[in-house]
Amino acid sequence: MKRKNYAYPYVFWMTIFVVLPLFLVLVYSLTFKNGLKAGITLSNFTRFFEPIYLNVLLRSINLALISTIICLLLGYPIAYIISRTNIKHRNTLILLFLIPMWMNFLLRTYAWMTLLEKNGLINKLLTSLGLSPLNIMYTNGAVVLGMVYNFLPFMVLPIYTVLIKIDKSLIEAANDLGANKFKTFLKVTLPLSLPGVISGITMVFMPSVTTFVISRLLGGGQFTLIGNLIEQQFINVGDWNFGSAISIVMMLIILISMSIMNRFDKDKEGVNLW
Amino acid sequence: MKGGYKLSEKILELNNITKVYEDNTVIKNLNLYVRKNEFITLLGPSGCGKTTTLRLIGGFESPTSGKIYFEGKDITNLPPYQRKVNTVFQKYALFPHLNVFENIAFGLRIKKVNENEIKKRVKNMLSLVNLEGFESREISSLSGGQQQRVAIARALVNEPDVLLLDEPLGALDLKLRKEMQTELKKMQQSLGITFIFVTHDQEEALTMSDTVVVMNEGVIQQIGRPEDIYNEPKNAFVADFIGESNIIDGIMIEDFLVEIFGVKFKCVDKGFDKNETVDVVIRPEDITLSRENNGKIEGYVENVIFKGVHYEMTVNTKNYTFKIHSTKMEPKGTKVYLDVEPDNIHIMKKVR
Repeated sequence: MKRKNYAYPYVFWMTIFVVLPLFLVLVYSLTFKNGLKAGITLSNFTRFFEPIYLNVLLRSINLALISTIICLLLGYPIAYIISRTNIKHRNTLILLFLIPMWMNFLLRTYAWMTLLEKNGLINKLLTSLGLSPLNIMYTNGAVVLGMVYNFLPFMVLPIYTVLIKIDKSLIEAANDLGANKFKTFLKVTLPLSLPGVISGITMVFMPSVTTFVISRLLGGGQFTLIGNLIEQQFINVGDWNFGSAISIVMMLIILISMSIMNRFDKDKEGVNLW
Repeated sequence: MKGGYKLSEKILELNNITKVYEDNTVIKNLNLYVRKNEFITLLGPSGCGKTTTLRLIGGFESPTSGKIYFEGKDITNLPPYQRKVNTVFQKYALFPHLNVFENIAFGLRIKKVNENEIKKRVKNMLSLVNLEGFESREISSLSGGQQQRVAIARALVNEPDVLLLDEPLGALDLKLRKEMQTELKKMQQSLGITFIFVTHDQEEALTMSDTVVVMNEGVIQQIGRPEDIYNEPKNAFVADFIGESNIIDGIMIEDFLVEIFGVKFKCVDKGFDKNETVDVVIRPEDITLSRENNGKIEGYVENVIFKGVHYEMTVNTKNYTFKIHSTKMEPKGTKVYLDVEPDNIHIMKKVR
């Protein structure tokens, strides 16, 4: 049997589970069904550009950007510190970071609900200390917190992977040429870790911008994000055509942002990381 | 070399340095000084502590005990970026995200040298290492030899007082290595910079250096001019490591007389105990063969290999197989007698 033949099961798999569903989504987005009438239309797309839906899109992108920036600001130092620690402790630290990820995503988000509730653990602690309780639950802040908590490892891991791969002798060379620790970081470590940063940003931004669980549980459903909108169209409203159109728009946005990110990553190292 | 061995002031001094990693002593009580404009080579097998010594000078490691002085000032605890030395690393350690120009300009940019000056100095360096026109090339597009040159230029552009070179030619093929040896030596002489060079290649050390420091197991075995190291090795290790030699057990009968395998030879060494067992070192080219019985060591030619300039012969005697280099060939199986001039017999105290 030729080598080539081994590929057929995968081609079959991809066709059934990737190409066909995508094609169906595309078909739904370009058609309409109204009672007995059905046909081809672009109205699903034009409808999305009404202000009410555009606002949802903008809010989603806004929250996802904020979460991504916070993840980057938290994740880079964490990755840097772990990469600098003794090799014996390094794996333990990474493991500690990964263990929460082994638990169910929903469960972890529910856990935050009980922590943030009006009579939750955090507010109990605050009142027992004589401070006024906070109203975090069902705010943008809670949604961002949920995103940062859930997606932070996706920022830490790619940056960490790039950082430990940086040749130690490059750092020594920079020191040797007169650069102190700060300048060495700025001129050597940081630029060399950019592929990891780019892949971290992509990996945090994409799930953040499409999430609907976090915004529903921690946002209390009052902040509709693009993910919620799609979910509603399919589950509650039953307008599969409009839902599909939004999904297509979403996919385009992600594709465009990924290609922009990849342009920064000349060597394509970041893409190879995942 | 005009004037032969030029003595000038010490620029660098290592004082009683010991370096211990966990429970492994890499360097033991090392004392060494380097003079200005000297080309000094640390030579030894891998694991002898030569690279660690270089890293101590560069500031990438700090000694467990002992002091390092630079122009009389204690620099033992100074970080690398405050030392007036630059390093050419073993695997070059060029910055992959910068092109050739920016790699070479790195040190100057850190020092905030103005842009015109940077351009001028980088250009000079590129012509010194024969890489004109390579400014905007990516590092990954360069051959090993070219990367090597960029690494040298990147270090030299900072005009260091001392340049450290950690086996910089190890990754190059033989022909390129020979070329670079000559070029490096030329550069060192024309720039007047002190070079501290680390290698395990004894030929490289002998060709390039003013001074060779032979090291083994963290201890300096011998310091001297290449000629002295070769002709007057201080112990059996040096003799064995530098070039080929025959190392034989001998008995020092009295001053200037040594017995080898029952045959007495005149020699030029003295100061040993009567009948002390010693190591006798004889270079392969210093043994003369004769077919007449001259009362010396008797043996049979076992093997002959033509080496271009000379023949390499192995001669079996009762107790030892000698390596002999000679321009005169004795055919295989010939009965020969081995003789050595007194000058060419080197007597060494047994180490153990």
